[in-house]
Amino acid sequence: MLLPFFEWCEATTLGRVVRESLWMFPVIEAIHLVGLCVLGGSLLVVDFRLLGTGLKDSTIADLDRQARPWMLLGVAVMLSTGVPLFLSEAIKCYYNTAFWVKILTLPVALLFTLLVKERFARTATETSTSSRWVGATDLLLWFVVAAGGRWIGFS
Amino acid sequence: MIHDFLTWLGSTEWSVRLLESLWVWPLIESTHVLSIALFVGSAMMMDLRLMGVRFGTVRASDFTSRLLPWTRGGFVVMVITGILVFYSNPVRYYHNIFFRLKMILMVVAGLNIWLFHSRIHNRVADWDTAAPPPRAARVAGLVSFASWTLIVVFGRLIAYNWFDCDLQPQPGFVNWASGCMLPAE
Repeated sequence: MLLPFFEWCEATTLGRVVRESLWMFPVIEAIHLVGLCVLGGSLLVVDFRLLGTGLKDSTIADLDRQARPWMLLGVAVMLSTGVPLFLSEAIKCYYNTAFWVKILTLPVALLFTLLVKERFARTATETSTSSRWVGATDLLLWFVVAAGGRWIGFS
Repeated sequence: MIHDFLTWLGSTEWSVRLLESLWVWPLIESTHVLSIALFVGSAMMMDLRLMGVRFGTVRASDFTSRLLPWTRGGFVVMVITGILVFYSNPVRYYHNIFFRLKMILMVVAGLNIWLFHSRIHNRVADWDTAAPPPRAARVAGLVSFASWTLIVVFGRLIAYNWFDCDLQPQPGFVNWASGCMLPAE
């Protein structure tokens, strides 16, 4: 049912340009990976703090406020590089289990981080049972997204 | 000589098994990438603090005492998995220009870490809350951020064979930089 949509994606100009270039896919992919580091680092410092480790001398709210612009930058880099990567091989992705694991977990992770975690962290100071749940859930969701993403290239 | 040693290394049973494995190689490579997110990601956050870009409310020594164990943990996993990936196909990586660029940059990043800890961080008490941090700390943060970014980029590009020795003709510079051993013409 969704296949026609994926075929349309693969036929887009952007998808075709990336696919037909020798170097565009690798270079965009490399930037995608740098974005992963920025996003990963900015998520981790806050998640570690929520879990009760890492930068414990700062409050959760302060760390979250400090990390937020870089987290948003990381998300922006990931999405703006991830979309052309996807468009260039949309039909391959359609038949790829790892892609579906990633793409279905991604909106959950994004919504959880932007709505649940950010809202919680904004007013939280110290580690609590609920902060541990928020931190662990955030880490787990993004772990699935990242691992699924890497696995697209293997299957 | 290095080439001969690596040729032997690549012919050992475990190297061949690793390269041909259906699951183990991808699992090692995935662990490598995820540990990079932990190591480079947390190092980048510390670099932002050292450069005076972000985390100004957090003491510099908090990063080096409380976050650094996680950064180190990521580094250890990253190095072990990286060595295993290298072991699976040593000759190919040795003659890959991106691998060589990556190794040079890792030496730069390593020297920067050593200089930071021996010359700048040992006086952290003097600038723990200073805004902006001293010039030397900002330079160390910038060198770290830039070198690890390029290491990630070059590391990803190792996977592509554009400049591999078995793909000739190549520009003379590429063959020289990759240490290609071409048959005499």
